[in-house]
Amino acid sequence: MASIGVIDYGMGNLHSLGKSLERVAGSQRIEISYDPEKLLKCDRLVLPGVGGVLACMNELRRLELNDLVIEASRKVPMLGVCLGMQVMLDHSNENGGVDALGLFPGKVVRFPDPPADAVERLKVPHMGWNRVRQNRPHPVWNRVPDDSWFYFVHSYHAQPDRPEHVLGVTDYVTSFASAVARDNIVAFQFHPEKSQAAGLQLLANFAEWNGQA
Amino acid sequence: MLAKRIIPCLDIDRGRVVKGIKFAEIRDAGDPVEVARRYDLQGADELVFLDITASSEERPTLFATVEAVAREIYIPLTVGGGVRTSADVRALLKAGADKVSINTAAVHKPDFVTEAAERYGVQCIVVAIDCKRVSKKKEPPRWEVFTHGGRKATGIDAVEWAVKMVEKGAGEILLTSMDRDGTKEGYDLDVLKAISSVVTVPVIASGGVGNLEHLYEGFDRGGADAVLAASIFHSGTYSVQDAKTYLASRGVRVRQNEIRSAVI
Repeated sequence: MASIGVIDYGMGNLHSLGKSLERVAGSQRIEISYDPEKLLKCDRLVLPGVGGVLACMNELRRLELNDLVIEASRKVPMLGVCLGMQVMLDHSNENGGVDALGLFPGKVVRFPDPPADAVERLKVPHMGWNRVRQNRPHPVWNRVPDDSWFYFVHSYHAQPDRPEHVLGVTDYVTSFASAVARDNIVAFQFHPEKSQAAGLQLLANFAEWNGQA
Repeated sequence: MLAKRIIPCLDIDRGRVVKGIKFAEIRDAGDPVEVARRYDLQGADELVFLDITASSEERPTLFATVEAVAREIYIPLTVGGGVRTSADVRALLKAGADKVSINTAAVHKPDFVTEAAERYGVQCIVVAIDCKRVSKKKEPPRWEVFTHGGRKATGIDAVEWAVKMVEKGAGEILLTSMDRDGTKEGYDLDVLKAISSVVTVPVIASGGVGNLEHLYEGFDRGGADAVLAASIFHSGTYSVQDAKTYLASRGVRVRQNEIRSAVI
C-alpha cells in the first residue's frame, strides 16, 4: 500500500494536516513519524512546520531529519507547508539569521514595514485569506482555479533566487512567492489544510502526483 | 490582497453552543459540530470557540468538542476560555485548535503570553481583551480591561494593554466591548479604532453586532482586520454568505466561495 509520510519533528499541529491528507489520499496510508527509517519508506513526504525557524532547524538536526529531507528530496514527491517551505530555502533572516536546508537557492525575509503614508496599514503577521496567482502550469494546480483564496499566517516570506522556481505569487505589501516548485518538490507558504475546498484539492493533487512537473 | 475576515463565534458551555446578553442570561443555541459545519459551508473565514464553562472539571468536555469540530471543518479554529498554562495551550492545539486565545491569565502573568508565543509561535497566540468604557461623558474616552468573563475590573487601560500584549508576543488581538456585547447596537468603534490604529497585529472586533451595517462599520470606521459575531448568525437572521455579499457591495474585500470541489 502506498503511503504519505508527514515529518513530525514536534513543531506545530499535525492534526489538521494529517486529517486533511486522510480525507483526500484515497487508499494511501498516512504515516506521521519522526523515525527516518519509516519516513524513507514512504512514497511521498510532507514537511510541515509552524513557529520559529531556529527552533525548527534545531529540531530537524536533533532528530537527524535534515539529512533525511535532503536525501528524500532527490527521490520522492515532497511537499513543504508554511515554515516547512521556508526551511527549504538556503537561509532565513529570522531569529538573527539561520542556515536552512537549501533545496531552493534563495532566502527568507521579513515583510517590510509599510510606509508611514500608506493608505492602508498592512499588519504583520500576514494573517487571513489571500489569493494565489498561478505563475506557471503544474500538476498540483489541477482543478484549482487561478487566483483562488488560501489561508496564510506568517511574518516572513521566501525570496527564491531563480524565477523559474516560483509557482505562485501573492500580493501583500509586496508581491511574494507563495508557492515554489522544482523537479519533484513543491511547497506552499499558505496552509492548504486550512483553505477549504481549494486547499483540499491541492492536497489531493499532491497525493496523486508522480513528481514529474 | 488580503481579505477582511468574517468570524462566527460560538460560546461553548459544557459541550453546547450557548448565547447570552452582556455575559449573562445564557440560552442553548445548538450542537457545536452542526453549527461549525454550517458556518464552514456558508463561507466563514475562521471560527472562534469561547469556553464559558465555569468549572475546570469540564475541561475534558471542551477538548472532546474541539476534536469533534476540528475533524469536520477545513478553516482555522481559535479556542479560548480558561487558558492558564502552557499545558492548556498545548492540549488545545493537540485537540485541533489552530490558535489559542488567552485572556485572564495574560493579566495575571503577562510573561505567559511570551512563553506561549515562543514555544508555539506568535501565529497561534491570540490575546482576548474584554473592556468597558470607564470615562464619563465629555471626558476623553478611556476603556478598562476586565477579566473573569467580565466580572473583575483590573484598572488597566485597554489601549495601553493591547500595545503591551503585542510586545509580549500576541499575534492577534480579539477585542470585545462588554458595554455592547449582546446589545445589537454595533461595535464600540471608538475603542476599536483606538486599538487597531496603534497595534501592528490584526485586530478582531467583537461585541454588539445587530445587523450587517455594523460589520461594515467595524472595518470602515473601526479599522478592524476581522469582525466577529454570534447572535446574528446563530439566530439565522443572516448567513455568513449574506454578510459577505453585503460587505462586497459596500466595497469591502471579502473571500467569496469560488470553488465547490468534489473533495469536500
